[in-house]
Amino acid sequence: MSYASAYKEVERYLIDKIHFSLLSPIEIRKMAKVTVVRPEIYEADGSPVSGGVRDPHFGAIEPGERCPVCGNTREDCPGHFGKIDLARPVLLPHLGDKINVILQSTCRNCGRILLPDEKISYYTNIYLKLKEKWPVLAETFADEVAKQSSSVSECPHCGYKQYKLKFIKPFTFYEVRPEGEIRLTPSEIRERLERVQDKDIIVLGVDPKAARPEWMVLTVLPVPPLSVRPSITMENGLRAEDDLTHALVEIVRQNERLKNFLSSNAPESMVEEAWQTLQNVIAAYIDNELPNIYQLSHRGRKQLKTIAQRLKGKEGRLRGNLNGKRVNFSARTVISPDPYISIDEVGVPEEIAKILTLPIVVTPYNIEEARKYVLNGPYNWPGAMFVYKSKQNMKIDLRYQRNYRQLAESLEIGDIVERHLINGDIVLFNRQPSLHRMSIMAHKVRVMPGRTFRLNLLDCAPYNADFDGDEMNLHVPRLEEARSEAEELMLVEKQILSPRYGGPIIGGRQDYISGSYLLTVKTTLLTKEEVSLLMAAANYKGKMPEPAIIKPQPLWTGKQLVSLFLPEGLNFEGRAKINAGELKCDNERCFFDSYDIISNGRLLMGVFDKNAIGAEQPENVLHYITLEYGSDKAREFLDNVFRMFIRMLEIKGFSISLREVEIPKEAKEKINIMVEQAKNEIQEYINDYKEGNLEVIPGRTAEESLELKIIQRLQKLRDDAGKLAISYMDPFNNAFIMARTGARGSDINITQMAAMLGQQTVRGKRISRGFRTRTLPQFKPGDLSPEARGFIISNFRSGLKPYEVFFHAAGGREGLVDTAVKTSQSGYMQRRLINALQDLYISYDGTVRDSVGDIIQFKYGEDGVDPMLTYHGKAVNIDRIIQKAKGE
Amino acid sequence: MNPRKKKAEKDVEEDINELEVKLKSSKEILPEKIYNELVEKLNKSNLSIRKKIDVVEETIRRYILSMIQPGEPVGTVAAQSIGEPGTQMTLRTFHYAGLMEFDVTLGLPRLIEIVDARHEPSTPIMRVYLDEENRNDLEKAKEIARRIEYTIISNVVSEISYVLGEPRIQIEIDRDMLEDKGVTPEEIIEAIEKLKIGEANIDENNSNIINVELSNDVMPEEELYDTKAFNEIISKIRKTYLKGIKGIKKTMIQEKSYEENGVKKKEYVILTEGSNLAEVMKIKGVDSKRIETNNIVEISQVLGIEAGRNAIIKEILDVLQNSGLDVDIRHVMLVADMMTWTGKIRQIGRLGVVGEKPSVIARAAFEVTINQIYNAAITGEDEKFFGVTESISAGLIPKVGTGIVMLGMGATPIKPSINNTENK
Repeated sequence: MSYASAYKEVERYLIDKIHFSLLSPIEIRKMAKVTVVRPEIYEADGSPVSGGVRDPHFGAIEPGERCPVCGNTREDCPGHFGKIDLARPVLLPHLGDKINVILQSTCRNCGRILLPDEKISYYTNIYLKLKEKWPVLAETFADEVAKQSSSVSECPHCGYKQYKLKFIKPFTFYEVRPEGEIRLTPSEIRERLERVQDKDIIVLGVDPKAARPEWMVLTVLPVPPLSVRPSITMENGLRAEDDLTHALVEIVRQNERLKNFLSSNAPESMVEEAWQTLQNVIAAYIDNELPNIYQLSHRGRKQLKTIAQRLKGKEGRLRGNLNGKRVNFSARTVISPDPYISIDEVGVPEEIAKILTLPIVVTPYNIEEARKYVLNGPYNWPGAMFVYKSKQNMKIDLRYQRNYRQLAESLEIGDIVERHLINGDIVLFNRQPSLHRMSIMAHKVRVMPGRTFRLNLLDCAPYNADFDGDEMNLHVPRLEEARSEAEELMLVEKQILSPRYGGPIIGGRQDYISGSYLLTVKTTLLTKEEVSLLMAAANYKGKMPEPAIIKPQPLWTGKQLVSLFLPEGLNFEGRAKINAGELKCDNERCFFDSYDIISNGRLLMGVFDKNAIGAEQPENVLHYITLEYGSDKAREFLDNVFRMFIRMLEIKGFSISLREVEIPKEAKEKINIMVEQAKNEIQEYINDYKEGNLEVIPGRTAEESLELKIIQRLQKLRDDAGKLAISYMDPFNNAFIMARTGARGSDINITQMAAMLGQQTVRGKRISRGFRTRTLPQFKPGDLSPEARGFIISNFRSGLKPYEVFFHAAGGREGLVDTAVKTSQSGYMQRRLINALQDLYISYDGTVRDSVGDIIQFKYGEDGVDPMLTYHGKAVNIDRIIQKAKGE
Repeated sequence: MNPRKKKAEKDVEEDINELEVKLKSSKEILPEKIYNELVEKLNKSNLSIRKKIDVVEETIRRYILSMIQPGEPVGTVAAQSIGEPGTQMTLRTFHYAGLMEFDVTLGLPRLIEIVDARHEPSTPIMRVYLDEENRNDLEKAKEIARRIEYTIISNVVSEISYVLGEPRIQIEIDRDMLEDKGVTPEEIIEAIEKLKIGEANIDENNSNIINVELSNDVMPEEELYDTKAFNEIISKIRKTYLKGIKGIKKTMIQEKSYEENGVKKKEYVILTEGSNLAEVMKIKGVDSKRIETNNIVEISQVLGIEAGRNAIIKEILDVLQNSGLDVDIRHVMLVADMMTWTGKIRQIGRLGVVGEKPSVIARAAFEVTINQIYNAAITGEDEKFFGVTESISAGLIPKVGTGIVMLGMGATPIKPSINNTENK
């Protein structure tokens, strides 16, 4: 017996199918236990009005109440329907279009479809065949048939003349007769629909068994049970009714009014008005957001939430309660970094570990352990929250239990103990937005002091997390099946490789990159003390390697240390990130140490930077280790070596200061000259333009050409200034190291700090708005010069001029707006993609199939290869295989 | 001969045979691309035969290791792989690198456009390659571009004027534009005469002016002082078709280098703003095999659904690449296949793939909930809980991933359904 059903014996079935159909009046009457005729809810003494919308026959919902229909209390009473007998029939809203189609394509006299018999049966055959295989096509076909038959002007069966219908949404029909437009009442419409024969209607896309056309016009309205619309009793004894109840009261009121008019032989116009009102109220009861109806609302003008509003939208029943459900055994708190736990661990605060529990079945092998938990009680970790005694079928809450010892001793084989979360338990860890499958991964619990979840920094890339206040969620899978699936499929180390591009998504960022660079760079020589510190950080237990330099004192290189952890037989060759600009070289003869070579697990040349150990870098060292040595090995590497990298920074010290982006006077002067030069050139463009001599780019206007040219020239200016500034930098300048190794920032960031900010743009153009012909009041009207249109010559180091600050803010704001718009747009696109593709899976025969088994692809991706297991898209890296064969 | 040497030779022979056998069997297992690469690289390498055998074996092993596993929810993975980088994409329209003449929609808006399967992209563009005769000659390329570009009278005139009271309209020709578009004044006159509004002639004093003498039935005397009547005729003249293909608003000639048999060559390519694949393909001098457009729906209509599929793949990859994003082609292929496998391009959304799902609940949970439920009731649909969304709704295990495995242990079996038990 499964654990879930152990608590309560219930008969369980799997749903086979749900059939959708319209309720027939007969059905409605059959299931109704009460007829509502009174608009009042409660009598003066507070008891529900019999024959009102809160009649006790709707089912028991009060504690202790017994249902007069089924005799159950509220726990077991399913609730019962009632009905309202409508004084006059009323159209179902939303079905106006369908009714229109049926009326137009059937005879107004005999109710047959306006096509000859043989055509009807021929079309019906086609329709039924289509419906089996291509339901969508069948619908289009039905529309086509309807179009054909609605254009017939004389019934081929009885010879009656047909009139055109005019349908005004939501529920007014006119018949266009020669004598004028005559309104069809719902009663007349219903009569006509009644005449339509079952065998005819199929071809119009209506299943007569599920929906007889006349059922689209209501004569009796079902009233849902109270459990669907429970009332809330507030502390002061006042009752607040559900919105649906309010709407129903309104329906009853209007219905009774109409009844009165009818029985008192009121004038036709009054009856008509009451009838229309009833129609409107019923429409609003079903969907209060229909266009062109009078919406029902509370006195306070807030709209009522009626049936459609309950189902619709993100918080509606379908998306809010069925596709997404609230769960127990979950936790949420702020995350904080911890480089000293493994990447597949998560630090869980003791407070949380004491609330989240896991059921363990007591066996001869764990009975002692289970007793220990029970003995600790619910408040001491590791303890237990509940004990389920299987023999007595009793659940004991330890919070209300004094004698833990006795309970622990009474434990028997087969009992179930709900124990606290302990180290090593598998939990799911998640950060929103969950954009890809790496947004939920399985971690092993590590209970820790503090009140935050601890996360290894290397896991930031897949979660896209940082520690500026991010919160994350944790879920405990409780069944063995769920736990083992989580461990086998979702564990962090199984997610190192991303299926998006065939490369590792987990890897170093920021300090890890700087650290690995500083460790492996040629100039780094480490003393014995430093080596010991580093190797201790990496949890190295082997022998100390031979020093690279023996005299005057033994010194080791960083490459030696890294090599200790590289798996044997690993080969790697590739450019480092710093292999660019002046440090560029194309092969292993590299003076700048920017070409990485690992041979047989030894780092011979090159530095480790973003290209070797970075996150989201396909075909790097991490990628090859994961693919060729397994994810276990990769996890080990990530856990140990990366700790060494940050230890390196701790030894060396690493920061940036204003001095980092300070450039010599000489460079500043050179930049000033460059600025002057560019300004002059641009002034020439502007003069040319004003004189009409500017060379126009084909297909563009003169203004556009001028703008494009200016922007290009200014872009060049900033690039040149940046290059100049960078060329004056010390190669061990920390900002420079970070940009070049890919740890953080880029050349543009350095340019902006040291040289100049450059052009600020709004909508891809220079800033041109503000005052009528100028951007800010200190410029002359019509000034097109760089400064007047948002070009910022200052840099962050020296500070911005006041007007430059405004331009910078304008550009910055656009960025903020863009991100906000983009997230909503891409979110919707992703929802659509997921909804369209989620049913596809790889079948056992290697084909890609959808939920009904239709084949979408005969071989996934044309080669049947899992992109996650590829070398950046390539299934096999033959070069590596040959290289390896050569080496052996 | 030395018997030992002989034996060694025999071994080598055996090894060569073995290698051949291995290669043959690998051809059956490996995809063609990998097999070709393997053979090529083996030939280039100077490995011993034995090692070559090892390489072949290892290649097969690695290929099989990288195969996808049954149950893998490839659809979800593909959707995530394309959707996730969407947050990193630009929202703005950019120019093509080095192409200042056109604005082209790129980034997220373009991606959305593609999955929406819009009939007309917001910036339709064609790249018209020319046949061998014309591709190296700028003049000939220009000539073809003129034939493609849609030209109406207002493109080549600088002013159209009239004097109230005189039944005459004066058209001033823009000589530069005339030359640029390759139109002669005679052609303009011819086009105007086809309108049947009167006689058109070149002014005797100024060859840049065409006089149109309006006939009496077009411009009766009583309307001679009616500006509205004049303006109507003028706008009619302005819109008069001269030459070119409908939909092509602008053309531009670009030089493009390409490689043929290792030799670098240059050719002229016509870029157009606006797209009309079927008509442009018919133009003489155009290489109809290499012509490109970014209008996916048009491609599928003119060249068939397979071409449409390839166009979707190409366009999505282009957008992603342009934004510097790295997405495996297999995901893109799956999206393209999902959009095209029925033989028609379907959008990813309510009016396409999602709207045509067999499940009522899946459709209702996506969009337009109420209408979906009503329609299901009228057609008497059944919800059978095959797909993922439906299964989640009902608390069933979806039939993807580990859910395709039907294996349970120990526990009391759950009765399949009420109906089935009743039948028994």
